[in-house]
Amino acid sequence: MRGWTFLLLAVLVAGAVYAAAAAVNNGYVFFAGYVVLQYVVLATAWNLLGGYTGYVNFGVAGFFALAAYGTVAIEKLAPLPLPAVILAGGAISGLLGLGMGYLTLRLRGVFFSIATLAMAVVAQTFVVNWNFVGGSAGAFVIRPQFTAWFHIDYIHYLFLLMLVLCVIVLATARLIERSRLGDGFAAIRDDELAAEAAGVPTLRLKLIATALSGAFMGMAGAPLPYYVTYLDPPSAFSLSYAVNTIAMPLIGGTAAWPGPLIGALLLATLQQLVTVTISSAVNLLIVGLMLVGFIIIAPRGIIGWFGIGEGKLRRRKRR
Amino acid sequence: MASSLTLSGVTAGYGAVHVLEDVSIAVPAGATVALLGTNGNGKSTLMKCVMGLVRPSAGSIVAEIDGVRHELVGRSTEAIVALGIGFVPEGRRLFPKLTVTENLMLGAFRAAARPEIARNLDFCFETFPRLRERAGQLAGSMSGGEQQMVALARALMSAPRILLIDEPSVGLAPVLVRRTIDKIRELKDSRQLTVLMAEQNFTQAIRIADQGYVIVHGRIAFEGASAEALNNNELIRKFYLGM
Repeated sequence: MRGWTFLLLAVLVAGAVYAAAAAVNNGYVFFAGYVVLQYVVLATAWNLLGGYTGYVNFGVAGFFALAAYGTVAIEKLAPLPLPAVILAGGAISGLLGLGMGYLTLRLRGVFFSIATLAMAVVAQTFVVNWNFVGGSAGAFVIRPQFTAWFHIDYIHYLFLLMLVLCVIVLATARLIERSRLGDGFAAIRDDELAAEAAGVPTLRLKLIATALSGAFMGMAGAPLPYYVTYLDPPSAFSLSYAVNTIAMPLIGGTAAWPGPLIGALLLATLQQLVTVTISSAVNLLIVGLMLVGFIIIAPRGIIGWFGIGEGKLRRRKRR
Repeated sequence: MASSLTLSGVTAGYGAVHVLEDVSIAVPAGATVALLGTNGNGKSTLMKCVMGLVRPSAGSIVAEIDGVRHELVGRSTEAIVALGIGFVPEGRRLFPKLTVTENLMLGAFRAAARPEIARNLDFCFETFPRLRERAGQLAGSMSGGEQQMVALARALMSAPRILLIDEPSVGLAPVLVRRTIDKIRELKDSRQLTVLMAEQNFTQAIRIADQGYVIVHGRIAFEGASAEALNNNELIRKFYLGM
């Protein structure tokens, strides 16, 4: 499938999803769906670094929440249209990713992961002490009831924007997999020293990966204040964002773009169902049980059952 | 035009540990130079210094490629590969979960090598027909000898002028060592390479080496201008041949 065909198909699917949600005509579908879509973006963004280059980032909440607080700041300073705010959030977290890359990418394996976790704590401390965005007391953001232009219900609008982000991030992930960039990422994941010896510019590629991954996580986080309307540091920087975001690609499979998509759809939908039927307290338990289960029955994720990834997709494209 | 490599006064180490002490080596254009020494004497570190993977604390490393001199110290590894210096790391270091073809393609990552990808790939498959049969196989699932072929072929994909090979014999059966060494000579002749090869297997290395250096505890202990000079050296008789 060519890139444009894929994009067109993705847009059609996204349109169908939106139409289906609208057909149900229940506000809750949009509320719950927004969270699921947000996790599709987060999981796919995480996988750009974690799945393709093998660098496990535990600082998801840092990228996600910093962009959300960027939105709060922009709202207070000079309100912009939401798509522009999302781009700004992407820029903030992309820069954070680049900076984190410079500081930590000489670390490998678990040391890198610990550094990213620490980065999220630093970001949270920074926000707690930043009174302009509410500090530890949190910040209220007023969500308009309708959009200014087409008079769309604002929740529908947020849902739609997240759907667009899903299409963009999935198309990007797929493009990377099929490009030299993806080959370089795979080389880093397999054996970084060998990649370097073969002339792959490893530092540059890793910086591209951290910046891109961070930027998309930021874009996922930027609309958050409008969704929750009240943002406070402990919930915005909650570790559960990192845990969920890492579990989803692992469950779905990290080798190719359908993995994080499937994992996020499965896990986040289940969590939303459990939240309304039992309690949101069960959410992390579900993640734990599913991770243990899938590591046993599908070590390469759900896509591993179908033989997607691990060279197969890549081989097909070359012949 | 051929290419040469000159190390002068290279000192390097890891933290407080000195591994190389004032090492000077000349690899003349078109020659095969063997770097001999047992484990832990600094052969691999020296190779890594040339490739920019370890930064020397003193000394200079100059590569003359097609008549242009380049100082290598301070350059990044990808820049050094881009100059035309290929590296076969110790223990082969393939990308085990990628196919043979993908491994080879990654050897041609540098911009200058890309237009020649198809020709270089053909050349590699001609040189190692076995790899053509196994093009779609995961590199990690191949035998040691085949993996060594992939490692050599991957280094050739960047169309190098100077080739550094770190311990090609590691983990190979004696007959495969002989074959690998023969292959290196064949490649050197057909591609007009300048070769620096670190090796423990003295008898095999000396078969194709024009010159050799013996490195002991990070210093050059003996410099042999010819294969005979190496063969008749006291030190080598003592360390390698047990005489």
